[in-house]
Amino acid sequence: MKVLPTQPAARAAARQGVSVAVATGLYGVSFGALSVAAGIGLAPTMALSLLMFSGGSQFALVGVVGAAGTPLAAIATATLLGLRNALYGAVVSPLLEVRGWRRLAAAQVTIDESTAVAVAQPEPAASRVGFWVTGVGVFVVWNTFVLLGALAGDALGDPRAWGLDAAAAAAFLALVWPRLAPRRAQVVAGLAVAATAALVPFVPPGIPVLAAAAVAMVVGLVVPAAAGGAPAADADDPHSTTDTTDTNGTTDREAVR
Amino acid sequence: MTTAALWTTVLVASLACFALKLAGHLVPRSWLASERVSRVTSLVTVALLVSLVVVQGFADGRTLAVDARVPALAVAALALALRAPFILVVFLAAATAAGLRALGWG
Repeated sequence: MKVLPTQPAARAAARQGVSVAVATGLYGVSFGALSVAAGIGLAPTMALSLLMFSGGSQFALVGVVGAAGTPLAAIATATLLGLRNALYGAVVSPLLEVRGWRRLAAAQVTIDESTAVAVAQPEPAASRVGFWVTGVGVFVVWNTFVLLGALAGDALGDPRAWGLDAAAAAAFLALVWPRLAPRRAQVVAGLAVAATAALVPFVPPGIPVLAAAAVAMVVGLVVPAAAGGAPAADADDPHSTTDTTDTNGTTDREAVR
Repeated sequence: MTTAALWTTVLVASLACFALKLAGHLVPRSWLASERVSRVTSLVTVALLVSLVVVQGFADGRTLAVDARVPALAVAALALALRAPFILVVFLAAATAAGLRALGWG
């Protein structure tokens, strides 16, 4: 390790990682239950959870399959939702400095939460602790509770009676909430709502989400950046200026936890 | 969807998602220097998540519906505005929807 972590920073990162892992992981129970309720068996549900390991993509795939969408629509939706993980990988990779099989492991646990905790740390060593504790922690707790949810799915009865469908909607809202501060994001969010609501009655499940993504791409490519309108914190490198203790995106990320 | 189609869907989508993650780790840092790339990706993420809120909160198959999920989302938004932690937001939404349905609405 090139930079020895100051113990308090590393400990704080580990603590954050554990709390995020527990909070996010418990939610796996609703994915397991919803997936089984959508007609996806126990084995495919676990394969999906272990191999895909990206909450948004998993819920999207199950949503499309459950609504009798085509395999292509399901794959396309899940993949598009996983696009942001590529950006996350590019952001955390310089912080981790891993090679070989560890790089594969790091890639698999590169998700919203592990990236959020990693970029929020004041020093690279703490970022590494935060990334691995969060990533591996979410992986273990999430998959455990997906299994419990899938097994208890029938016993739970209709997931709607437990409000699990509303819980999924609220989780997406909580994930997007800290991203809605920039004016441009608010405009895109409004357009996404309109496009989705307009298309739901007319096109197969999964397509409205893709249309919303296409609208965002057009806005991002065509409309020039507004003066002072900083893009979301995703691509910011909090360690590029090591002298400052404040890190880009920290405040934005807080609410996700 | 047949069992074979389902497994194919699961495996292909999982492979695609892993490939994206790995691609990110293999990207040269200079590539990210493009402000346009990061701007588009972050806007796409916002659009996808917002669209999912609408689909998960208001869609019932191919129809838009107002049921117990809507007040649950309102409660979630209030909790988020008050800076409640993620898990509490999710729990409050579930409890709101479950409570309303137990009372026979939505």
